[in-house]
Amino acid sequence: MWSYFARRLLIGVPTLFAVVLFCFFLMRLAPGGPFDGEAPVPPEVLANLRARYHLDDPLWQQFFSYLGNLLRGDFGPSFKYKDFTVTELIAQGLPVSIENGLSALFIAILIGLPLGITAALSQNTARDYAVSGLSMIGIVIPTFVTGQILILAFGVWLRCTPFQLPAGGWNDGAFANRILPVTVLALPFIAYIARISRASMIEALRANFVRTARAKGLPYRTVILRHALKTALMPVVTFLGPATAFILTGSMVVETIFQIPGIGRYFVQGALNRDYTLVMGVTIVGAAFVIIANIIVDMIYGVLDPKVRYE
Amino acid sequence: MSSLNLTSTHAGALEAAAEVEGRSLWQDAWRRLRSNRAAYVSMIILAIVALACVALPYALPWAYDAIDWDHVEAMPPNFELGHYLGTDSVGRDLLARTLVGGRISLMVGVLATLVALLIGVTVGAVAGYLGGRVDQLLMRFVDLLYSVPLTFFVIILMVMFGRNFILMFLAIGAVEWLTMARIVRGQTLSLKNKEFIEAARASGGSTFSIIARHIVPNVLGVVIVYVTLTIPQVILLESFLSFLGLGVQEPLTSWGVLLNEGAAELEANPRTLIVPAVFMTVTLFCFNFIGDGLRDALDPKDR
Amino acid sequence: MALLDIQNLTVKFATQDGEVSAVSDVSLHVNKGECLGIVGESGSGKSQTFMAAMGLLAGNGKASGSVRFGDTELLTANERTLNTIRGNKLAMVFQDPMTSLTPHMRVGRQLTEVLQRHRGLDNAAARAAAIAMLARVQVPEPERRFQMYPHELSGGLRQRVVLAMGLLCGPELVIADEPTTALDVTVQALVLELIRELKDTQGTSFVLITHDLGVVAGLADRVAVMYAGRIVESGTVDEIFAAPKHPYTKGLLACTPRLDDPPTVLLETIPGQPPNLQNLPTGCSFHPRCVSAFEPCPVKRPLLVPAGNTLNACFLNHMQAAS
Repeated sequence: MWSYFARRLLIGVPTLFAVVLFCFFLMRLAPGGPFDGEAPVPPEVLANLRARYHLDDPLWQQFFSYLGNLLRGDFGPSFKYKDFTVTELIAQGLPVSIENGLSALFIAILIGLPLGITAALSQNTARDYAVSGLSMIGIVIPTFVTGQILILAFGVWLRCTPFQLPAGGWNDGAFANRILPVTVLALPFIAYIARISRASMIEALRANFVRTARAKGLPYRTVILRHALKTALMPVVTFLGPATAFILTGSMVVETIFQIPGIGRYFVQGALNRDYTLVMGVTIVGAAFVIIANIIVDMIYGVLDPKVRYE
Repeated sequence: MSSLNLTSTHAGALEAAAEVEGRSLWQDAWRRLRSNRAAYVSMIILAIVALACVALPYALPWAYDAIDWDHVEAMPPNFELGHYLGTDSVGRDLLARTLVGGRISLMVGVLATLVALLIGVTVGAVAGYLGGRVDQLLMRFVDLLYSVPLTFFVIILMVMFGRNFILMFLAIGAVEWLTMARIVRGQTLSLKNKEFIEAARASGGSTFSIIARHIVPNVLGVVIVYVTLTIPQVILLESFLSFLGLGVQEPLTSWGVLLNEGAAELEANPRTLIVPAVFMTVTLFCFNFIGDGLRDALDPKDR
Repeated sequence: MALLDIQNLTVKFATQDGEVSAVSDVSLHVNKGECLGIVGESGSGKSQTFMAAMGLLAGNGKASGSVRFGDTELLTANERTLNTIRGNKLAMVFQDPMTSLTPHMRVGRQLTEVLQRHRGLDNAAARAAAIAMLARVQVPEPERRFQMYPHELSGGLRQRVVLAMGLLCGPELVIADEPTTALDVTVQALVLELIRELKDTQGTSFVLITHDLGVVAGLADRVAVMYAGRIVESGTVDEIFAAPKHPYTKGLLACTPRLDDPPTVLLETIPGQPPNLQNLPTGCSFHPRCVSAFEPCPVKRPLLVPAGNTLNACFLNHMQAAS
């Protein structure tokens, strides 16, 4: 198991290298640079800027110096946030995004899983239809719409009631400031997890081994919890890999709407400002996270399914 | 020469046989799909929405980009002026904008999915059919892309090369093909050793023609199910890009753009959010119901 | 006194393509210490008859009629009552050993939980009893297999584990669905010997669902032949095998290779395909494939009536009995 873990990590390294390489050349090939602002910059100033950021060096030289810096944890200076290095911005934004993302995933599992499984156990009843319908709504309505609706509801309509919540800002991660963003982030995942676990539980209930368990005279509860549940969990676990990537996308929206200083917001800002180094930094960190999440998911899968043996 | 004739006759007979089988399979599926009320109603609604998006704007009194200069503010529905669902905050007809926006969103959805389909089916069928090292290589590549947050790259591409409609569906299609490739590969692996493929191979069909004429038609069922489930995902991704300001540009519009505009002035004019939101939600619901219905109809497990 | 008494059992499934009768009006019984063989092609309803009896029909299935086990009516019994009987006094051994065991649980645990549930044994006692039963069903190295996951066992071993699971609580009746199909011949003989021993020494009753007529001939006391959801002929093994009356039974017997056949004899087959339950032929379901079909066969369905010492459903025999 541990050797498998080590090997997966080792495969992760070239993947990450490919991301860095691809990102780097994509950025450098881009038409228009970070200094093409609305106001034309005088040529001398532009030349200075280009020299300062080594934009005139040969491309491969720029790449290797970037790679070398990267290995030392230096993502370079931000083009737009002149007073900060990208490393500082990421160090500041990453914990915020991780906390929110993990809280959202945790809540999504906590709510989505029981919803999906109880729906499967009462298939074709009102409860089942309600869960299926609600989860489809959760999937279909974009995050920025639910976000704005919740801001309106809790920030405006419920103003001056005990239910009022801060509709934006981070306030150094005060609990009240987290409630809305985490909820908005979690909603589609509650829906996805409910949908996936419902489908997989229905499938598990049809399996021959569940029939065997029932033929043994085991109580229904034991049949479900001991025999069916683990199999039904597999697809949910598999989903958690891509879910990490979705959460990253979701944080871009949520952090922008709620003005939260996380890496999602930095990425959006960076992309719109053509802040090459910042965008690359966030992309690399994000990719690293998704790669690690996938490895963790594979490990959990291995624990759940004895058939997956890591030789 | 005679052996050549023999080959073509065989292939012809084989195809005829496959066709007979295929047709009855599709007829069966169609019958089951129609008996699935949710899927059937969804198909009708979707057809109406699509038709309205394509044709109705020409019949409306106001064009989607025309400003009603007498009423340059959000106005509730007014039948006398021909604003059946009112106007947006700058006095443009909301119904016309929603329909034209739907046209763009559906177009992006369908075109991007077609791109994904083309790449996914090709890669999946080739990997599955050839197997061995080619399969290993292609699937490792798919695995690699799976572990990368691809939306980041779509955004980077959109930023770099401008808010270009063609680029948008190419970029989205280029990230949505992975699952398709995996599904098609799995199907191809199970088809590969079926008798009719062996027969086609024995009668001297080239690899390309076997993939194109025997493998691809037989994975079509699964692919169609996946297509109906991918289109709504693409429409959602488009709305996400619009939220970032990377979608289609003014005065052209899409459901994503409209939702974003509507969400911003939700408090003052909830109607500008509700109208496009209802259209989009209903459409995406329909796609999901049709996809589920198709899966049940084509899945022999449930019979 | 019949241990299991099935009267007019009908099983219907609601499918996307309409309602399908898998079992129609089946009546049969099993006496204490007796072995009843059920013979038929796949899709003849032989498995579903007993799934219904066990209360294990799929969600879209519905059973009507009556199934009595001892003093209990099984069809109307609630889940709690069923669970005191199933796996305890009434056990079912499933075919398809590849999928009948829970993949993520060790074999041992899947065995001991039956004993803990019905006998209230502690872990050590349950383990000892389970290992002893594995040894009895000819599992080599039972202690080692006890620790394994199903996917680590061969198909034949899994089949024996499933059999052991059914026998653990010393049931009064074991319904065995193709219990020997996945086994090679020597193991098959040992398992059949075990069944015979249980029958003779402990008075355990068996229902053997199979298409292997050799197994039925060697082990069963009585046999019922099913076709398209109905019993077409039933009687004692000696009578049915010596003088089959229904053309379908005759066909089945003719399909079976016999040791005393000269090697040059060609095996016969029954022409045609098993019928589509959604679209059964009119009259006698077997008539399109029947070599002796005549005028009434496509028109009217023959009832299962006594003919000599056996029951059978064929106009040919009804006429002979009448004349």
